[in-house]
Amino acid sequence: MSSSVKIKTLTIDERQVGARENQTILEVARENGIKIPTLCYLKGLSPYGGCRMCIVEIAGSPKLLPSCMTTVEEGMVVSTNSDRIKKYRKNLLELYFSERNHVCSVCASNGYCELQSMAQKVEMSHVHFPYMYPHLDVDATHERYVLDHNRCIACTRCVRVCDEIEGAHTLDIKDRGIEVRIITDLDRPWGESETCTQCGKCVHVCPTGALIERGKSVGEMSKRKQLLPYLTKMREAHE
Amino acid sequence: MKKKLTLATLWLDGCSGCHMSLVDVDERLIEVAEIYDIVFSPLVDVKEFPENVDVTLLEGAISTDEDVEMVKRVRKSTKTLIAFGDCAVTANVPSMRNHFKLEDVFKRGYLETTPGNDIIPNENIPKLLEKAYPVHHFVHVDVFLQGCPPSADNIFYTLAELAEGRTPELSQRARFG
Ligand code: SF4
Ligand code: SF4
Ligand code: SF4
Ligand code: FES
Repeated sequence: MSSSVKIKTLTIDERQVGARENQTILEVARENGIKIPTLCYLKGLSPYGGCRMCIVEIAGSPKLLPSCMTTVEEGMVVSTNSDRIKKYRKNLLELYFSERNHVCSVCASNGYCELQSMAQKVEMSHVHFPYMYPHLDVDATHERYVLDHNRCIACTRCVRVCDEIEGAHTLDIKDRGIEVRIITDLDRPWGESETCTQCGKCVHVCPTGALIERGKSVGEMSKRKQLLPYLTKMREAHE
Repeated sequence: MKKKLTLATLWLDGCSGCHMSLVDVDERLIEVAEIYDIVFSPLVDVKEFPENVDVTLLEGAISTDEDVEMVKRVRKSTKTLIAFGDCAVTANVPSMRNHFKLEDVFKRGYLETTPGNDIIPNENIPKLLEKAYPVHHFVHVDVFLQGCPPSADNIFYTLAELAEGRTPELSQRARFG
């Protein structure tokens, strides 16, 4: 470590930890074995700050802040798992389930899905909000992959990997809030895409059953999560 | 010997898979039978849902006007109501019709999938609701037992904990799907 890097000291969940000045709270927590749940964050991709699962409380601030986007400060007192945060996370997750159509028992990602396991992690026993049952499409025009909007949580991991790692920028995001959709090229069917290299990176970083390989049936779609750290390492080695 | 508890089990818009899993409790069914008297169940020949039931396992979503009547009846007569399996907890597979119009659901179910049939029956059958709902949409639920179907272990654990007067801690044992 070069001497120009400043070290900061802060407290996370009543533990004193040291951090480099540009690190996020999430990075420091993970280095110290403190678990903060995340959905949109993926090591190797730029942080997005969209899912809000990683929220933490900072003493003296009334707002809950996403730890994947918040840089450490000297003397910060952070709490990652208060009752208030737990309740907030559970509510967020219930909204995810109520806003799209998730039927785990018939989903290709059943047993491998990060949304499904997150529900278990935050002890979500059921969804209090009324389900919305939106009518959503499944884009099955690509010869190798399927995009099912019913299962998408708009985390944009796919958009970021396609842009930042593959460099194809086939995937993008349109509209906001409840109307948000993942699109391919200029909102044309994926199968007609002229930019997609068929690399499959989007499929393997997708936390849910929204992006799957064609022909995968219930509970068959496990993802190769090691892919991204490997690619990032290779890239860093070349730089 | 402790006084036995009463247990009722029923399925509404479900496939009976959760009940199959209940039977999968295997030899522990003897233990269940030592703690509980089964007073109402597809496995028992009783027509009317009884009064004063201690525990009810309710499988399936709520999909018809008759289901609504029944779930209210069950709630009134039950101390601890268990939403038994994903269909009861989330409406699961029955809810897959929910983003279609009822009219289209009928067309699909009776006409398009049955060549030569041109009748959509509407007499002497329960009236389908606009959507299939989870049980807690209509009545208070005490225990949510996830799984499609819930594992036999989780079913046994839940019944055993309730019999001991404890609240089953299911979050780390059960999940959707
Ligand atoms: S994407 Fe995940 S949460 Fe949604 S239905 Fe599939 S397994 Fe369940
Ligand atoms: S397969 Fe590769 S190039 Fe095509 S959309 Fe996915 S990440 Fe982009
Ligand atoms: S398709 Fe998958 S990776 Fe892309 S935004 Fe939706 S959930 Fe996230
Ligand atoms: S992980 Fe921080 S907002 Fe999604």
